[in-house]
Amino acid sequence: MSLTRPHTRGLLALGAIAVILPLLLPNPFYVDVATKIWLNAIVCVGLNLLVGYAGQISLGHAGFYALGAYASAVLTGVYGWPGLGALAAGAAGVGLIAFGVARPILKLKGHYLAMATLGLGIIIAIVLNREIGLTGGPDGRAVPPLTVFGVRLVGGALWYWIAAGAMLLAVALALNLIDSPPGRALRALHGSEVAAEAIGIDATRAKVAVFVLSAVFASVAGSLYAHADRFVTPAEAGFLRSVEFVTMIVLGGLASTYGAVLGAALLTVLPQLLAGLADYEHILYGAILMGVMIFLPHGVVPSLAARWGRRQT
Amino acid sequence: MLLELDNVAGRYGRNAVLHGVSAAVGAGELVALVGSNGAGKTTLLRVISGVGPASTGRIRFAGHDIARLAPDRRVRLGIAQVPEGRQVFAPQSVDDNLRLGGFTRPRRALGPELERIYALLPALAARRRQLAGTLSGGEQQMLAIGRALMAAPKLLLLDEPSLGLAPLVVAAVFRLIADLKRAGTTILLVEQNAQAALAIADRGYVIETGRLVLEDTGTALLANPRVREAYLGV
Repeated sequence: MSLTRPHTRGLLALGAIAVILPLLLPNPFYVDVATKIWLNAIVCVGLNLLVGYAGQISLGHAGFYALGAYASAVLTGVYGWPGLGALAAGAAGVGLIAFGVARPILKLKGHYLAMATLGLGIIIAIVLNREIGLTGGPDGRAVPPLTVFGVRLVGGALWYWIAAGAMLLAVALALNLIDSPPGRALRALHGSEVAAEAIGIDATRAKVAVFVLSAVFASVAGSLYAHADRFVTPAEAGFLRSVEFVTMIVLGGLASTYGAVLGAALLTVLPQLLAGLADYEHILYGAILMGVMIFLPHGVVPSLAARWGRRQT
Repeated sequence: MLLELDNVAGRYGRNAVLHGVSAAVGAGELVALVGSNGAGKTTLLRVISGVGPASTGRIRFAGHDIARLAPDRRVRLGIAQVPEGRQVFAPQSVDDNLRLGGFTRPRRALGPELERIYALLPALAARRRQLAGTLSGGEQQMLAIGRALMAAPKLLLLDEPSLGLAPLVVAAVFRLIADLKRAGTTILLVEQNAQAALAIADRGYVIETGRLVLEDTGTALLANPRVREAYLGV
């Protein structure tokens, strides 16, 4: 297909950035930040499929992210499961939960959908805070290292590469989905639900499928985060974290997969850059967000792509 | 009869908009449904395609009782709708819009079908890669019709295809509809432009406040004094 070539080029460029980046980073702290960028990017790429392409909002994705993280933490730490098994079980469990709540939730539109997903995220955060026996409650819990075929995967540098590889895989999956018939159907749904239904697209089924898929992306990213950081806290399920994910994709540009990655990068790095400003950090953070949205109203990637007169992906 | 409606009623919330509508469309027929704004024309089409409000009564299509089927199942049975206001998928290319029209069909059938549509609508063939949102109103209407035809429908539902188009373009759209009918497509055409619709229709229904009040051949309705006064402004 002719469409695969620009994808290959984009993925190669993104891969090159991922390879060069650690060479430019002065110390391990920044490598950890870069690892977080890629893990956040996985959540954002999945969330962008739901929000950017299917046009449904979710303010509860941090809940799915945290569920994945805790599934890995508890299954490996308490029950001694193998790491990859825990990751897969977490993804499957989160997928099932997302599937279970998707039908009633996705019948809602606009503000009501946002409220329902917000409630879902809050419920997950409460459960993680209260089930102290399993989750460690508000203090969080330590996570054993990920062991694959007897090899313990530890160390910041190694996790950088794991996160970068997983991110590239997520981006490749998303790009291919968007250009497949189901992906075109999703975009059609966003444009006009009536017209989409009139050509035989089962709107509910498509929305449920993309909701589940985006939840699974978040869960896998959460599992990887748990093993990379070796510690999880319920703050990962918090409302602010969900808002952060949505802000990332809006900032980077809705309906742009590379925009989702860039948005994740910007909003992961920005607080670190501003941390030295102490009290002024939040003011400047807000001012930068406002500035970007005023001058690049469609998000960074689509706005710049339009300015350069190219079609964005 | 390909499509039979028996005592169909529909409502938006508490407001009943269709009252006991019974009508039929035979295979190969071009049937026009005319009436003024708010008479229930669009609602009736949407009830038939399944994207509209909940309805009661029986709807039979090609031997199936479809009244309770989801819209995508009805498309698979052979009902394609061109929605009011065209509703093309603006950010996607003409090619992608047409391919989406064949969403319910096996992928290998789409290539040849696509070429058939481009042969039928040469104006679109020159704009395959162009985004649908950048087409003119008339081209968008042609695209919306082409998109519906990609489903290879047994019954084509056309909702106000002349709405908001320049007179010359309206004439082109009606020529296309007449061509489709001659090629054997069964069409149910909803129009406020009663003159043009009845002129190409085999039969017509007149709908007033959710009830069918007249039924006759297209030519007879055009000559009917009541129709002439109310809808043709003669």
